Amino acid sequence: MTIPPGAAKLAVFALGLVPLALLLAQIIRSDFGPDPAQELAGSTGEWSLRLLLATLCLTPLRQLTGKVFFVRIRRMVGLFALFYASLHAFVWLSLLLGFRWHAIGEELLERPYVTVGFASLLILVALGITSPKAMVRRMGRNWKRLHRLVYVAAILAIVHLAWVSRTDFGETVFHGSILALLLGYRLWRRFARTAGQAARR
Amino acid sequence: MLVKKPADIQPSEITPESVYRRRREFLRTGATLLGGGALLPGLALAQQGDALKAAAPADLARTPPAPWWEGKFAAIEPAPSSEPFFTSEALTPYRDVIRYNNFYEFGMNKSDPSNRSGDFRVDPWSVEIAGEVARPGRYHLEDILKPHALEERVYRLRCVEAWSMVIPWIGFPLADLIKRFEPTGNARYVEFETVVQRDSMPGVRSPFSIIDWPYREGLRIDEAMNELSFLAVGLYGSYLPAQNGAPIRLVVPWKYGFKSIKSIVRIHFRKTQPNTSWNDLQANEYGFYANVNPEVHHPRWRQDTERRLPQNLFSRRVIPTRLFNGYGEQVAHLYQGMDLARHY
Ligand code: HEM
Repeated sequence: MTIPPGAAKLAVFALGLVPLALLLAQIIRSDFGPDPAQELAGSTGEWSLRLLLATLCLTPLRQLTGKVFFVRIRRMVGLFALFYASLHAFVWLSLLLGFRWHAIGEELLERPYVTVGFASLLILVALGITSPKAMVRRMGRNWKRLHRLVYVAAILAIVHLAWVSRTDFGETVFHGSILALLLGYRLWRRFARTAGQAARR
Repeated sequence: MLVKKPADIQPSEITPESVYRRRREFLRTGATLLGGGALLPGLALAQQGDALKAAAPADLARTPPAPWWEGKFAAIEPAPSSEPFFTSEALTPYRDVIRYNNFYEFGMNKSDPSNRSGDFRVDPWSVEIAGEVARPGRYHLEDILKPHALEERVYRLRCVEAWSMVIPWIGFPLADLIKRFEPTGNARYVEFETVVQRDSMPGVRSPFSIIDWPYREGLRIDEAMNELSFLAVGLYGSYLPAQNGAPIRLVVPWKYGFKSIKSIVRIHFRKTQPNTSWNDLQANEYGFYANVNPEVHHPRWRQDTERRLPQNLFSRRVIPTRLFNGYGEQVAHLYQGMDLARHY
């Protein structure tokens, strides 16, 4: 059975909106408890990281299964990661910082976890802006170079999470292992390819 | 949705559980009020006619940990109506006080302590008094509490994570307990230790936790003897829930919340400054003193403002943080000549 690509994409789009729906439902039912600002910062942060890691899974999945579908949805999933990361930063700016603009600079300089999160977000924004097909064509080889930065963004996000965690590093170890696996897979493939080329020569 | 400005929220709306307790006390307070308007700050609460300022709502009633507790709670001296043992700021509702907790022995999330502490055992309970005291020993909690009459105090609680609450505690002055056990001249610090119940504390079992249990905290002896330092055994007129540090915990309202150690099993009088858990973990983030100070920022959190809980996304109460959490009059002298930016 083949699912039409359009329908599959639509399904992924709907799936990407589920976290937002969950967050909104929780807000409406005031499920976030007495400190919703903090809780919202936490859940939006977690969803950004999950979606970022999900984006990174797609290329290996394509390679392992041979299904083009996985790279077709890559841009969309990546943009969802950007969307939730922006929401996360907005929650921080509005609810935690209360739009005290003068405090932003101080926070960026003095709280390393903010600096690192911000750097990660900047990369995601750059990747988002250059993600349309026209940009891919225009940038040629440079596009691929730029978009490898997604790994840097993910590493920074893990560092950010480790810095946010105070005593229990379970979450950091969990997400960090997934990222390490994905990075390892890429390096292994590259090594295998160059080794293969060398052998053929 | 009804959106209100913070100023429109009356304390009585936020704490519907504050109820009339003792008719006699009500009449007395009422008479004073009629006599002179000086008591106005306490008016909102006084009008609720409460002797104890607040009681836990009936549907969340707690059972005594052991029968002897009932007698202990039968007579509680109500909080006065003036600072520092009372504040007229709106109380944080009971359900938030008991559902939003940092108690890492039960887990990292704020809801973990209330959700995952069901197996915690508070009876029998004993407290070891050790070190530089004339009467060291291991005492049953009933004996520890016996000579102390319980009283209510309404204190602000400021967490280092930049949120705060107002809580009506039940307990007695720490100084009274310290005097009873007669510390020697060498007792310059007091160290406290939290219980470790591996089987009932999932956080203690977590392989990724880097706290070296048991949790430890400490005070300088003059801080411990300060009139504000309080040992709490209840809140909202009822027994302490596990998540709030049952059966006995420290409350030092001018310091960040992590100094107010929970579920105490050991009080050790020492000559030298004890190690404290957070200070051991990250000395650059958590100092021994941990006095609330809006000017000394923690590496993670700005400290110049605080979110007074409960927050609502549409009417957020963000208030300026005060030096010593507003208790400077009582404690500032303890730190005279000290550089508070260095001794954070
Ligand atoms: C301007 C950029 C960013 C800022 C200011 C920021 C700020 C924050 C804050 C204030 C918290 C909560 C800290 C606490 O619990 O006390 C947090 C947590 C978190 N952030 Fe960010 N962040 C940024 C970017 C990102 C990005 C790009 C990601 C991921 C792609 C991310 C992932 C996370 C995660 C996973 C958490 C932990 C959530 C939890 O488990 O509680 N953040 N961040």
